[in-house]
Amino acid sequence: MSARARVPWGLLGVLAALSVPFLGSRYYTFVATDVAILALFAVSLNLLLGYTGLVSFGHAAYFGVGAYTTGLLMKKAGVPFVLAFPAAGVLAGLLALVFGFFCVRLTKIYFAMLTLAFAQIVWAICFKWNDLTGGEQGMPEIPYPDLAWLERLPLVGELRTSDHFYLLTVVLVALCFWLLRRVVGSPFGRILTTIRENPERAEFIGVHVRRWELLAFVLAGAFAGLAGGLFGIFNRGVFPDFIYWTKSSEVLIMAILGGMGYFYGPAVGALVLLVLNQQITSYTEYWPFVLGSILIVLLFAFPGGLVGALDAGRRRLLRLGRA
Amino acid sequence: MLEVRDVHKAFDGFQAVAGVSLALARGEIAAIIGPNGAGKTTLFNLVTGHLRPDAGAVFLAGREITGLPPHRVCRLGLGRSFQRTNIFPRLTVFQNVQAAFLSHRGRGLDLLSHVEHLYRDETEALLASLGLLERAGELGAFLSHGAQKQLELGIALASEPKLLLLDEPTAGMSATETHETIRLISRIARERGLTLLFTEHDMDVVFSIAQRITVLHQGRVIAEGVPAAVRGDPEVRRVYLGERR
Repeated sequence: MSARARVPWGLLGVLAALSVPFLGSRYYTFVATDVAILALFAVSLNLLLGYTGLVSFGHAAYFGVGAYTTGLLMKKAGVPFVLAFPAAGVLAGLLALVFGFFCVRLTKIYFAMLTLAFAQIVWAICFKWNDLTGGEQGMPEIPYPDLAWLERLPLVGELRTSDHFYLLTVVLVALCFWLLRRVVGSPFGRILTTIRENPERAEFIGVHVRRWELLAFVLAGAFAGLAGGLFGIFNRGVFPDFIYWTKSSEVLIMAILGGMGYFYGPAVGALVLLVLNQQITSYTEYWPFVLGSILIVLLFAFPGGLVGALDAGRRRLLRLGRA
Repeated sequence: MLEVRDVHKAFDGFQAVAGVSLALARGEIAAIIGPNGAGKTTLFNLVTGHLRPDAGAVFLAGREITGLPPHRVCRLGLGRSFQRTNIFPRLTVFQNVQAAFLSHRGRGLDLLSHVEHLYRDETEALLASLGLLERAGELGAFLSHGAQKQLELGIALASEPKLLLLDEPTAGMSATETHETIRLISRIARERGLTLLFTEHDMDVVFSIAQRITVLHQGRVIAEGVPAAVRGDPEVRRVYLGERR
């Protein structure tokens, strides 16, 4: 803990994010909303991956269930957003409690395979249950939350509805980040890192490892569900491929690319992956090829991800500055 | 403090522990010795809940702990160190010990407090008594082997155990490190009134601090008593001491 003044990076980040609709076009707002929501999804996964040392291959299940929950409640039941949004977190968290109960009984690759299996079951249900989820066709035309009161405000009032939803998204995602940050900085969060480092030893400082893993699983699932709730609205529809295994692998890539050893690493990973995706697909159709190459280079050159590389560079500069 | 009553454990038909009984009084310092494969580590694992005995019972301070999972056994006041060093490598030295305090004092499910300053004084005092305070900010992985063993002792002590089981506390140490570690262990055991049970290969260590010695051979107790008696036991000399001297 140094005495040097701490830069309020979080606050600066939120302010920068909030300014996007005022500075950029509709397209930038679109990309920024996508980034903010998937950043929350990736950071929620990292509670398992980076802090507890559990590799989940089925995190999209909770994201998707959150999306269907909010979507169904708002579209079919006319429930307002203030209830439909937290409901996504609650339902995804409950599902994570049920699945997690079985998953934490396994370790390593077996844990990963079981999370994947459960996610594929959820996907199959959403794919086939036409009456509830719209099946393969999905569920289009999820309404925006009622943000008419924003139109009466100066400055903000001139913006489009999608901009208003973006501002709401930024505030909610920032709130979730604040909560998750509290969790990883709490005694509970520290115990999770002992499980990551050495489950056998953790057991012998009196930690009931499976119980802590389950709680981490539930929290990660709940926050993924909240991200999903926002994503369905942003996407103007909820579809079964939200839950498909490729979505789970995409969020894993974001976390690893950005750096799972850092709280905001996965968020940076989401930003870089989505922006690169948008940029590169406008030049070449071989986006997966480019992504694959980038990942290979990163994994070998910077095992700590992008944020890890930045951190190493910053330390080197500091050392040079002192010498 | 500890009573082990006729425990048995077999692995795929191999009888690793075949009916061992032993009892430890409060404050006693006892050693278990025996050649490789005598069943010492298996016996430890039966006591600490890492293995469940096929038969027999284990009591800690009068309470039966047979077959309880390790985290429960730990909470009932039994601390242990492992033969292969067992720390949290990518946590700092401070965090290693602090985590044990957090868990022991029931703060492990606290999601709201800031962890940084919790139990700072206790952790620093314990690190100071182990001579690790100057290195509190370093990652556990970067310590020397001897220092890691001391850190592991610190983790075990932070759970404020009544009974401490040390599995080869000086394994892989240089002569100087061994000497220091033994001084440290006996000082801490005395200060805290700990009951101590340890296994050890180095006979000088065993005879310098143990008040009582149990000799295991092929999963059975072949001798037990004060060091002088064990040293003179002809059976022990034949199977164990004789081989090594």
